[in-house]
Amino acid sequence: MSELAIEVHDLTRVFGSFTAVDRITFDVAAGEVFGFLGANGAGKTTAIRMLTGLLRPTSGSARVAGHDVVTATEAVKRRIGYMSQRFSLYDDLTVRENAQLYGGLYDVRPRDIDARLHGMLARLGLEHAEKSIVRSLPLGWKQKLAFSVALLARPSVVFLDEPTGGVDPITRRQFWEMIYETARGGTTVLVTTHYMDEAEYCDRISIMVDGRIAVMGAPSQLKYDAGVSSIDELFVQLARPETASHGASAT
Amino acid sequence: MTVAVAAEHLVKRYGEIVALDDVSFEVEEGELFGFIGPDGGGKTSLFRILVTLLLPDAGGARVLGCDVVRSMWELRRRIGYMPGRFALYPDLSVEENLGFFASVFGTTIEAQRDQIAPIFKQLEPFRQRRAGALSGGMKQKLALCCALVHRPEILFLDEPTTGVDAVSRREFWDLLATLRQSGLTIVVSTPYMDEAGRCDRVGLVQRGRLLAIDTPADVARGFDRPLLAVTNADRYGALQLLRGFPHARSVYPFGETLHYTDDRIDAAPADVARELGAFLTAGGLGDGKVSPIAASIEDAFIALMGSPDAAPGAERSAA
Repeated sequence: MSELAIEVHDLTRVFGSFTAVDRITFDVAAGEVFGFLGANGAGKTTAIRMLTGLLRPTSGSARVAGHDVVTATEAVKRRIGYMSQRFSLYDDLTVRENAQLYGGLYDVRPRDIDARLHGMLARLGLEHAEKSIVRSLPLGWKQKLAFSVALLARPSVVFLDEPTGGVDPITRRQFWEMIYETARGGTTVLVTTHYMDEAEYCDRISIMVDGRIAVMGAPSQLKYDAGVSSIDELFVQLARPETASHGASAT
Repeated sequence: MTVAVAAEHLVKRYGEIVALDDVSFEVEEGELFGFIGPDGGGKTSLFRILVTLLLPDAGGARVLGCDVVRSMWELRRRIGYMPGRFALYPDLSVEENLGFFASVFGTTIEAQRDQIAPIFKQLEPFRQRRAGALSGGMKQKLALCCALVHRPEILFLDEPTTGVDAVSRREFWDLLATLRQSGLTIVVSTPYMDEAGRCDRVGLVQRGRLLAIDTPADVARGFDRPLLAVTNADRYGALQLLRGFPHARSVYPFGETLHYTDDRIDAAPADVARELGAFLTAGGLGDGKVSPIAASIEDAFIALMGSPDAAPGAERSAA
């Protein structure tokens, strides 16, 4: 049994009378690529906010990178990286300034920040972008750079919230190769996406429906168990059981 | 066939950035036409010119026979536009938003009920809810409803499904299919290649240029090289190994498989499949399957993007 990077037990969050996350339980092994799927409003974002120490659970528990998200929130934050399409790099800063800011916040030594920045730019073939203002860069570059910056402090777990939204099909695939490489290096990746083909790239996925984890497992196993040919089909079945059979629009 | 939209040599620049680079196309009346391409490709600039919100630097366009610059005011009454960013009033309820947009065009929800019925029916349970508190999919349905409430003759929808989950996306396209049935001309943009199949014709947009305009089936048929799907127990290992195959043009992850494109246009796919099988076995990754397949829109798009400067950083895989 490999070491666990994320351990979640009966994690719950209630807002007023609404249960956004309803007793979810799952583990993610170190170095695993875990796809965290669900329809809009199914509870993914609330769950991720709890796992990243930004929101207190109503009940249940979670450990990320070996630390409890409630009692050791700061320790959790120091061991994780985060990026999303909505929030990645600061547009008004250069690539280098962004790296210095994030590295500095995580207490990475300036010398190490520079070395890691140069290494990552070389791997991406974007050496010339070091002093560019982020706003001026194509979206695909920004997303790759944002991912690299999220890895700058060598986190043990990285959370990627819709990292590939809107990027072109080649960049999207290059991004997934970065995810594979990161996981091979031992970093655990928890990723959300609305591209169902990307769900197939994960070691394991979970699909949330109404605050609960409806299914979890390797994509091939889940498809086999449900008797469907794609994760897309499974997703539709779970998220809108009333329409899946005849494919018509829902109420 | 009557032409609903005619764009000729449109150019739009922002400083040194060329957002639209000599773009020409026509959309026929009653057509569901999709612009497919990544963010930053120029789709939004194009839409903003067609709906009279942005002036082109060169070239011109006519919508419903009206020039988008000279006949701006007439055109604005006759078109419906749903911008990419949620642009309704978050503090107003569903019903208040709809009522507001109706009143701007001098009409009422009641008078237009038949026009918006199929969508409004889905919104009805939430009519008192603040627009800001709706789910992503419901927000988009409300925005569509607001764009329709004055009976436009043509509808422009800029990335209506971005950030929307796979099921809501499907429902949204079902609604568009219903509207198309009623004869409405619809021009829509999306970064999702899998939505191309729902359009009568598509234009593939990348870096301000139209790479292709055709029916989805013909765009896919334009892919002219042997294409093979590779399943392997070690997918990432197989990906790396296949990139070293002497005739590999590109190898990409594609859902649960890898898509391999050969650089020999005339090679028989079955022969390539055998060669690849042997190559994988020799490399210690014989545990899998290689089979010739037909290209999808996404394969065609990737091939058209192909050149290294069309896809920054793509050299590694496209070389």
